[in-house]
Order: sequence, then structure tokens, then C-alpha cells
Amino acid sequence: MKNEELRMKNGLRARLELIFGLALATLREIFDENAYARFLLLRQIEPSRAAYAAFLRENAYRRERRARCC
Amino acid sequence: MPRSALRILLWTAVAVVGAISFATVALRRGESINAIWLVMSALCCYALGYRFYSKFIATKVLCLDSRRATPAERLEDGRDFVPTNKWVVFGHHFAAIAGPGPLVGPVLAAQFGYLPGTIWILAGAVFGGCVQDFVILLFSVRRDGKSLGQMAREEIGRVGGFVAFVAVISIIIILLGVAALIVVNALKASPWGTFTIAMTMPIAVFMGLYLRFLRPGKVLEVSLIGFVLVLLAILGGQAVSHHATWSVWFTFTAPALAVMIIIYGYAASALPVWLLLAPRDYLSTFVKLGTIAVLALGILFIRPTLHMPAFTRFIDGTGPVFAGSIFPFAFITIACGAISGFHALISSGTTPKLISRETEARMVGYGAMMAESFVAIMAVIAACVMQPGTYFAINSPAGIVGTAPETAAATISSWGFPVTAGDMQALATAVGEKTLYNRTGGAPAFAVGMAHIFSHSLGGERLMALWYHFAIMFEALFILTILDAGTRVGRFMLQDGLGHIWKPLGRTSWYPSIFATSALIVGSWGYFLWQGVKDPLGGINSLWPLFGISNQLLATVALCVATTILVKMGRARYIWVTLAPLVWLVSVTFTASYQKIFHANPRIGFLAHAQQLALETPANAARAHELSRLIFNDRLDAVVTGVLVVLVCAILIESVLEWSRVLSGHKQAVASEAPFVPTRFAEEAGQ
Repeated sequence: MKNEELRMKNGLRARLELIFGLALATLREIFDENAYARFLLLRQIEPSRAAYAAFLRENAYRRERRARCC
Repeated sequence: MPRSALRILLWTAVAVVGAISFATVALRRGESINAIWLVMSALCCYALGYRFYSKFIATKVLCLDSRRATPAERLEDGRDFVPTNKWVVFGHHFAAIAGPGPLVGPVLAAQFGYLPGTIWILAGAVFGGCVQDFVILLFSVRRDGKSLGQMAREEIGRVGGFVAFVAVISIIIILLGVAALIVVNALKASPWGTFTIAMTMPIAVFMGLYLRFLRPGKVLEVSLIGFVLVLLAILGGQAVSHHATWSVWFTFTAPALAVMIIIYGYAASALPVWLLLAPRDYLSTFVKLGTIAVLALGILFIRPTLHMPAFTRFIDGTGPVFAGSIFPFAFITIACGAISGFHALISSGTTPKLISRETEARMVGYGAMMAESFVAIMAVIAACVMQPGTYFAINSPAGIVGTAPETAAATISSWGFPVTAGDMQALATAVGEKTLYNRTGGAPAFAVGMAHIFSHSLGGERLMALWYHFAIMFEALFILTILDAGTRVGRFMLQDGLGHIWKPLGRTSWYPSIFATSALIVGSWGYFLWQGVKDPLGGINSLWPLFGISNQLLATVALCVATTILVKMGRARYIWVTLAPLVWLVSVTFTASYQKIFHANPRIGFLAHAQQLALETPANAARAHELSRLIFNDRLDAVVTGVLVVLVCAILIESVLEWSRVLSGHKQAVASEAPFVPTRFAEEAGQ
């Protein structure tokens, strides 16, 4: 019985972790944190002011053209 | 019991619950109904539409292929093309398509009663808007993420591409003018609201500097800080509104606010993107997603009663909020919650470059539009929980009900919607405003409805003023973000176009070009804003239908492209899927355009209004200059509407010719899809 409860608890925890992880990943994608992480990975550089400034420069053109709906 | 039998039982139950809810919403007369019936009927419609109609489109019409690699996989570059989890893409897409449109349109259309707007939002979304977003997304995915304009040029012809370009520019300009007017109407004579919105600008600049220099890249963290600062600005606004001197500093007339917003729009277009535009965008998205979620929970928690009747007497076209009968104007006024051409730009913009499996286009394209439609249903509820007399007192322009409280209350009561000057004063005091009369545009009415719902869930009546100003801030923040971003997008499009005439004008880093094109775009929407502020009938009256018409025009372009591609794919027997909403949109757009130009009622027809003003001019020599400008505005609006109709005709004719050439065998059906490449994700999943 205890094993069954433990298994259910773990299952619930895993599901909650999945939901929370997805929500966080969605927010990070919307807020460009993932894009910055990919930028660092592609260039094999550490996060820094200079790196973020370069990221902003590279993405300014793309961001400015991103349509937003009414 | 076998699983298939269980599924049949489940979906039968959903259909029965949906039918009962919808019957309650549609057939109950003479008594108030609970908002939960609207929520239930909406959720059941969406569930059935998604499960059956979108699956039919996915399997029979579009033949989605999970083995086919998407551009995100084939062209992956870590920047634009990135294979992304479907829920993340869903969130990304929803955040891009959900703006203030689905909140404002349904509030304005509530003058017809709660039923017309609700039916159009549900049917329009399930059979029109969701279908458009889904098919355009899929067709863009199969064409390396090409834009709507590129697809229109390649599939229909050069006219199609040109019309798409003109339609997008027109929509952006009219949209920005209308959006700015909504902010002006929400903030005029409101020191609390003006202070809060003014504070969001230094907060955005602080966020930009924080991101750039203090904690580079920590967007979620700084958005949370920004959100707390905005809440403090709302509290500070209350102190300002009670302060003898400060309240005077932050109290502005509509023309003064219009000038400030025009200057702001120009500055935002020319400033570096990281300093103001990007942080405001982040803050706005953060507030938007949170508020929509809390509003949905608030509605489910308090289950408010709708006081607005199913239909009002104004279905005949004599409404004070905007003139025009239920057909076509209810379908023009509510665009974004039912079908919006603007969504086709997002569906053929960033989203197709993120989808990792073709089959996910159904959930992202069809599903996200359903979520947007649900936001519109919440707006209907927010507008209809108010007493109808209050709703009309807030949304009727001074030109219709007068400026004196007693006169306005008596006029509205004479329509059968009782309200007293005392009721309105008590409500204004409760929300911390001097008056709520003539606050046209939809935003203040939505804010009152939202404050009503929030105050019944959290904090009680004491917090009514706080929730009202939170709602005003939420909408104004939304709209100012669109002004920033829209002005920039319009400037780039203009630079792209002008670059073909003289190359330096196309250089986005050349300052003379930046200043000139920014001035052109800001001047264009600024003109519409100024026209709206000066219009004695309330501005929104004529401008919102103009915006609706141009937005539906873009949807017409998108559906023409989609139908043409279906014909070329050899799926002609299913073209009714896109043809039916196309025919409906064309009939709505053409009727609305014709009436806006030629209707004999001066409140509807631009030319009749111009003629009425011309007749008044000799007797009003002192106002001759102002009247001549209003006459010019009316004639300009008539010309703009006429040009939009001609463009619709051009693209329709070119599309129909293309279909007949292909269907009669005079032209070979060739769909310009990217070649099939098997996906590695299928191998990884063992398929």
C-alpha cells in the first residue's frame, strides 16, 4: 500500500515538474532567454555584458520586424 | 467497456452539455443569465471544433505528414529556425497574436446585446479564424517559412503580392491610429491613469539598462521587477490623483494627450530597440499573460450574472456606441476574437520557423486562435456584467447623449436602460475618477467590468479603484507596446518599398531615412488619431469600422492564398473549408464598405456626413475652418475605404482566374512546396 502511495506521489511530482518545466521553457522562449542561451552556445562564449550587447545587436533587426497582433 | 465506446460517450456528453449551454445562452429571454453558461458553451464549441473539425482539416484536407521535416529542422540555424517543443511554440504564438483587439471589439459590439457577439466569436473562430491561422501556418511551414506576401506573389500573382503589401501597411496605420485613440479616451482627465502610464516609460528604460549592464539576459527576473514597479506606480497614481497640485499636472485634455502620444511614437521609433521597445514588450507580455489567466480564474470563481439582454434595440443600427446595423457591423467590429487577417502575418512569420513536426501545426495554429477567441468571450462577459445603463453611459459619445450628467442619464434611461446621475457618480468615485461619462473606445468599459469581476474575487469593493486602474494600465501598456512595435514594423516596410526607388532610403541604419520614414508612419497614424480626437461624434465611431474593414481585407488575402494553394494541391473538393469563410468575409467587407461610403445616415455614411456638415457651414461661419477639415476627413475616409474595396476586388478576380485556369486544365497545378525530406525526429521516436 505504501509502495503504491509512493509510486503515485512520484508520478504526480514528475507530472508537476514536467508542467512547471514546460511553463518555464515557454516563458524563457517568449522572453528571449533561450535565444540568448543558443547565441552563447553557438559562439562558445561565456555570458557577459559584451556578449549580451552583441546578442542585442544581432537580434535588433529581427526583433524590430516581428509583427505583433492587435 | 472498450475505449472507443468510452470516447463516444465522452464526446456525446460534451456535445449534449454544449447544446444545453448554447440553448440557454441563445434562447433565454427577459431574465439575466449566469456568465458560466457562456463559458460552458464556448468551451464545448472549442472542444468539438478542435477534436472533429480541425482533425478533419488535418487528415483529409491538408494531409499533415509527421514524417516530413519542417524548416525548423532542415534550416536550423540556432537563431530564426529552431525546432521547439510544441507547447513552447503554442505559448510563443499565443503571446504574439493576443493583443488588445479581442478585448476592445467585443466590448463595443456588446451594444447589440451579448448574443450576436458571442455567436460570431464562437462560429467565426471555429469555422474561420482558427482555420485561417492553421492553414496559413501549415502552408508557410511547407514553403520554408515564407511570409504571406511572398506566398501571395508566388501562388496568385504579382497583384496578390502588391495587395498584401498595401493591406498590411493600411492595417498597421489605421490600427495604430485607432489604438492610440483608445489610450487617449482612457486617459483624458484621468490623473491616476496618466501618471501610471507615464511611469511605465522610466520603468521600461530602467529595465533596458538593467538588462544591458547589470544582469545581462535575465529577462524573466527584470520583468518581475518591472511588474512590481508598475504595481507601485498604480498605488502612486492614487496619491497623485488626491494631491491638489500633482493632480493638475497629470490632468490632460484629449488633444494634449494625442500630441504627447504622437511625440512618444516618434521617439520610440528612433530610439535604440534595447532601451525602450524591447523592455516594454517584455513587461507588456508578462502583464498580459498574467492578467488574462487571472481574469479567466476570476470569471470561473465568481460566476457573475450578465445584466445586458441577449439583444438590445440597437440591432437596427441606431446604436450610440457606433452606428450601423448588426449585419455587417457586428462582424466588422469583432475581428481579432473571431477572424483576424493580422494573425496570418504571425502564422507566416516567426511561428513556422519554430515548429518541429508538421502535425503540431494543428495545435499551434488552430489551438492558439481558440485561446484568443476565449479571451474575446471573457471581454463579452466583462462588458455585459455591468448594468446596461452604465455600459451605455460610459461608451456613448457626448455628441449623442450630451455632456451634462443629468441629460446623459435621462437620454440613456429613455432608451429603456435606466441609469441615474447619482449611480454614475458613485461608480466614478468608486473607481477613483471624476466622471465616467463619454469614455468611448471600449477600454474604460472593459476596465470597469474587469474591476467589477476582480473586486468580487479579491479584496472586495474597497479595491475597485485599484483594479480599475490596473485594468486601464494593462490595456494602455498593451496598446503602447503595439504603437512602438507597429511604428517600427511600418517604418521597415516603408524603407523596403522606398529602397526600390532610391537605394539609400532602404538602408535601415541611415539616419536621414530613419527620421523621414518614421515621420511618415507616425504622421499617418497621428493624422487618424487627431481626426478621432476632433470628431464630435467620438472618433471611434468611424475609425473602428475602418480598422475592421482593413483587417478583414487582409484575412481575405490570406483565405484567397489558402484556397489557391488547396486548388493547386489537388484538394479542390475541400476548398469549401477556406472558401466558405472567404465568401462570408467578402460579403461582410463589401456591405460594410458600401454602407460606410454611401449610406444616407450621416452617422454611418462618410459622404452623407460630409454633406450634412457642408449644409451646416453657412450658418456656422465661426466654425467654418473646423467644419471644412471634418468634411475633408470624411471624404478621405471614403476614399480609403473605396481603395480597400478595389484591392479586395483585384485579388479576388486574380484568384478566381487562377482557380479556373487550374481546374479547367489550362494551367498545370503546381504547388511550390519545398521538397519532401524525411524528419530525423520520426526515426528518434521510432516511427
